[in-house]
Amino acid sequence: MDKGLQSEGNKLNVQDLIERNKQKTTFGQRIEKVIPWFLLLCAIISVLTTVGILFTLLRESIGFFSNVSIIDFYTGTSWSPWSGEYGVAPLIGGTLLITLIATVVAVPLGLMSAIFLSEYANDKVRRVIKPILEVLAGIPTVVYGYFALTFVTPMFQSIIPDLGIFNALSGGFVVGIMIIPMVASLSEDAMNSVPNALREGAYGLGATKLEVVYKVVLPAALSGIVASIVLAISRAIGETMIVTIAAGATPNLTFDPTESIQTMTAFIVQAATGDTTFGSTIYYSLYAVGMTLFVFTLGMNLLAQYISRKFREEY
Amino acid sequence: MLGQNEEGIKKRMEGRVLKNKIMAGLFFLATSVGLIFLVLLFYRVLTQGIGYLNWNYLTSGPAPYPEEAGIWVGMIGSIMLMAIVAIFSVIIGVASAIYLEEYASQNKFTEFIRVNISNLAGVPSIVFGLLGLTFFVYIFNFGYTLIAGGLTMALLILPVIVVASQEALRSVPIDLHQASLGMGATKWQTIARVILPAALPGILTGTIIALSRAIGETAPLIIVGAATAIYTLPDSLLAKYTAMPIQIYNWTARPQEEWQFVAGAGIIILLAVLLLMNSIAVLIRNKFQQRL
Repeated sequence: MDKGLQSEGNKLNVQDLIERNKQKTTFGQRIEKVIPWFLLLCAIISVLTTVGILFTLLRESIGFFSNVSIIDFYTGTSWSPWSGEYGVAPLIGGTLLITLIATVVAVPLGLMSAIFLSEYANDKVRRVIKPILEVLAGIPTVVYGYFALTFVTPMFQSIIPDLGIFNALSGGFVVGIMIIPMVASLSEDAMNSVPNALREGAYGLGATKLEVVYKVVLPAALSGIVASIVLAISRAIGETMIVTIAAGATPNLTFDPTESIQTMTAFIVQAATGDTTFGSTIYYSLYAVGMTLFVFTLGMNLLAQYISRKFREEY
Repeated sequence: MLGQNEEGIKKRMEGRVLKNKIMAGLFFLATSVGLIFLVLLFYRVLTQGIGYLNWNYLTSGPAPYPEEAGIWVGMIGSIMLMAIVAIFSVIIGVASAIYLEEYASQNKFTEFIRVNISNLAGVPSIVFGLLGLTFFVYIFNFGYTLIAGGLTMALLILPVIVVASQEALRSVPIDLHQASLGMGATKWQTIARVILPAALPGILTGTIIALSRAIGETAPLIIVGAATAIYTLPDSLLAKYTAMPIQIYNWTARPQEEWQFVAGAGIIILLAVLLLMNSIAVLIRNKFQQRL
């Protein structure tokens, strides 16, 4: 008890106490006011990151396009920056080829895995297999690259004898293996959220399990499945290390999977590891390619969000 | 007439059941393809790398000859890098999550932050590398240093940590929240002394999983200039550095077969570290899951 209270003849006046408390701002109260602003500041950093990415890509790309015409960049069909040819088509072609191969591998395998896990496997089997499958998603891509170069390429070489060491086929194949868990677990989530009443209705009409899958579960979960595929494709487009290690460094506008190609991401790595001086045209070309890549993946991600929001079946 | 029909139905039924059985087998087979490749990958890495994995490998740095090369400098580089990443990404990530879950009002701006975070998670890691190259390496003038790499990686895993922390905060029962406020605690006291401790296991699990993603990331580090030929441990934040995945990439890219074995040994170490981190995450989750 402080002196102020005693002077009033040891009488506690609650009203006074409250008033006094209101007037003085304690350390605690100040903290209470400052903390939300600090937290907001941290939350804004993620927004600043996005702004930073856009700023970086745009500013340096504009720098690039003042040296190389934007029309030549997007319509040219020859990419060899060290001799001044900047037609991005071979890099985009390489990226699309890898993505196509990966999709062909991952979509059937991922979807079938999802159907197995969601519809056929019992609880015990699912609880073992699903986490193991998800380990595939946690393996660093540089390890996949190593695997593609030292195992998958020799494996394909025993089937296709004149396959080169660097080729789109094994790169794309391993990217496909990497995105299987993405397709599988997102699709499985979508299938799991289909209510059992629908399945039981179909069983009641005499449908087999397979017919339930094809005619009830897949149509009902379609938006989630398509969204998972689009997301997986976006991952494949942005994948870097596997294609850098296994698919080669030859910008090559081809749809022959046995040839060596170069993707957008692989070029960025190649240029960043080489002797690229700051401010040179090649340095700026990193960002022009990076921006093209960013637009591709952002478009895919937005598409996935749109599909899962727009075509969602509510039960 | 009836008998014939019955037989027809039986026949068709048999066909449908058979089809179901065949497809069930195919679905299982497709699932096992992923598992088989996982086993092949582990088998390949183990058989290639185990021969080079010895004490000398664990304690030496990069070298011009495969027999003398080792992972030590890369491993310590990775650990230091992760320390920087953890400090920045956890502080910023958890703070963002607290703001979004506890303070933010439901308005357009909050929604914008949420959408932004989920889109950020879909940006390819190499683009983060370009961001780091412009900002941390050139504009902030850190150069190709440990701090530039660490900050770039921190931004890369930030969305993962925010989302994981948000989930952890959301799973704290509202009773605890209300009981604390009812006892006269202020909002921040409630958050700091009741909600955060209760959400801590979830946040830790999410953080470790995010860090285990970061430790294997290679592409952004290449862009922000993690070097390959670094023979000494970094002695400050502004020192040049190398990291495990960078060393592995460098060895893998060399044409001589011996280097593939050296890379294989490095991958064994990297996967062992990942396994350790994930086991810790699972342990934490299992230990604290039933409480509350």
